[in-house]
Amino acid sequence: MIPLDHYLFVSAVLFAIGTAGIFLRRNLITILLSVEIMLNAVNLSFVAFGRQQGGFDGQIIVFFVMTVAAAEAAVGLAIVIALYRHRESLNPDAFTSLRW
Amino acid sequence: MPETLVFYLLSAIAIGASALVIGQRNPMYSVLLLIASFGALAGLYIQLDAPFVAVAQIIIYAGAIMVLFLFVVMLLNAPQEDAAEWDRTHPLRRPAIARFGSLLALLLVVELAWALLSASGIDRPVGEQAGAAAVGSVRALGRVLFTDYVFAFEATSVLILVAMVGAVVLARREGEAP
Repeated sequence: MIPLDHYLFVSAVLFAIGTAGIFLRRNLITILLSVEIMLNAVNLSFVAFGRQQGGFDGQIIVFFVMTVAAAEAAVGLAIVIALYRHRESLNPDAFTSLRW
Repeated sequence: MPETLVFYLLSAIAIGASALVIGQRNPMYSVLLLIASFGALAGLYIQLDAPFVAVAQIIIYAGAIMVLFLFVVMLLNAPQEDAAEWDRTHPLRRPAIARFGSLLALLLVVELAWALLSASGIDRPVGEQAGAAAVGSVRALGRVLFTDYVFAFEATSVLILVAMVGAVVLARREGEAP
């Protein structure tokens, strides 16, 4: 059997990769993808801890996280489309004013 | 031991694909690599005796969310990261600030590693504790989901409805009839 901390290590590395992507990339779609990586890293810890403790609570909260991720992707991509229509750019530095 | 080998293989695929997602400049390749990463994570969930989560990962994440991303990438048709002049003129791009930011990122990694190394009781193999036997059953999972968590389950339907209406309103062209 695999020790729990191996799963937690993989989860921590994935979370760090997602964080780095949010700060390094200058593309709104890639930034949203980095958010998905971070959500998946946390999902992996939830399932690993749930397996360790027994019971279904870890898997059920992963189900809810997936629902929230789907809602977040739908709304986020709608915002990206609306922003792209205004500025013809996906660079977050192009969107510095609250209204135009 | 085959399952240890499978664990390291799937973890390597997940981490490597995620790192490549960050490294790509073309968002099309990023989306496709992220699907590979999610597939490897689904394999890890199967190893953790969570077949429902693994299947939901494939169907919802790789099937629905990533297709939505692919759809938007193709719709916007702006594959490359653009505008290097933004990078040079932006005030947050000054080297002192960038160095401070990378210091904070290094601090996060050190903190995560320290938290993992100092926690006790996490080096035992998963699944050997008492009560961990019945985890794999999807039937029992559904029973818990529709009894103990039924309110949260119904609340997600409202969340999805709100997200749907929000997406329609946000992506609509201005001046168009709603």
